[in-house]
Amino acid sequence: MNVVATVSAFALPVTLATILVVGLVRRVPLYESFVEGAKEGFGTSVNLIPHLIAMMVAVSVFRSSGALGFLMGVLHPLLNRLHFPSELLPLALLRPISGSGSLALVTDLFKHFGTDSFLGRAASTMQGSTDTTLYVLTVYFGSVGIRDPRYAVKVGLLSDLVSVIASVWAVTWMFGK
Amino acid sequence: MNVIWFALFMIGIVVAAATGRIETVTEGVLNGAKDGVLVSFGLISVIAFWLGMMKIAEQAGLVQSLAKLLRPLARWLYPSVPSNHPAMGSLIANMSANILGLGNAATPLGLKAMRELQSLNGYRDTASTAMCTLLAMNTASLTVIPATMIGLRMEFHSRAPAEIVGSTLLATLVATTAAIVLDRFFRRRSIGKTGA
Repeated sequence: MNVVATVSAFALPVTLATILVVGLVRRVPLYESFVEGAKEGFGTSVNLIPHLIAMMVAVSVFRSSGALGFLMGVLHPLLNRLHFPSELLPLALLRPISGSGSLALVTDLFKHFGTDSFLGRAASTMQGSTDTTLYVLTVYFGSVGIRDPRYAVKVGLLSDLVSVIASVWAVTWMFGK
Repeated sequence: MNVIWFALFMIGIVVAAATGRIETVTEGVLNGAKDGVLVSFGLISVIAFWLGMMKIAEQAGLVQSLAKLLRPLARWLYPSVPSNHPAMGSLIANMSANILGLGNAATPLGLKAMRELQSLNGYRDTASTAMCTLLAMNTASLTVIPATMIGLRMEFHSRAPAEIVGSTLLATLVATTAAIVLDRFFRRRSIGKTGA
């Protein structure tokens, strides 16, 4: 358990140091390259705004109306038996479909339960550990005109299911409930 | 996506009306829109920083360095692709970029690999087994540094924004392994069925 915590603490600094050292050795103009790349960050974030507003408004209405609470109440007994926290179900369902939609749900969970709660950590892990399956399938197959994806959809969605279970398991194991 | 968005809204409005709390809809709309803007702006700092570092990694040729290490793995993953075919180079470059967290670089490399796999594909509009493997690798997407999540956690005042790196790494390793195993399983089964 300590090993994983150490990995968490060191991962980012070690990655940054590696990039900088390799960049220096290979004579990359570090500062100029950084600025050039960081410029794209502004556009990327601004492009995210309409998507996030759309999804966060819908999620926010769904929650504040009481519909989310009602859904949780219905699903709770079933999910409880499977030892799966019902608050995470909407995120698990939306993760493969929409990246901005699931980001909106993670934000919603952060606001209500905090980032350092079990739910906050599990949501972070679920969101960060996989990509938006249906989006990737559409872009990749669409780009070369494939209409029959064969078993690729099944494999993508099943591994998303594995990712959800693994996220809850990894967070429970590392941080406890 | 249309259906989900519509459903979230309409169910919310209907439930609010039915329970006599219609004013919560307006409240929800205003709060949601505000949060959308705040979160997007808050993420600028981390996304800009990360893309800056990634540009250095890209220009330092880290993708190519990692590609050398991944070649044997790629041969095993894509037995139907001749190892000197250009498709193999793109497949490996896509995998390297994904592992390094270079999402922006991984997609064009993946699409290039798709075009080259299509040239090896006997059926124009049906996915080849190699394409299915490429998709399995990209939907599971092995992630080493979940930069966006660290940024979002910072924005919500997490005491330890990076503490989820370890759990994310575990989850992504398990999921990617599962994707590879599932892909193999379904590939065998479909080959058994068609006899091709």
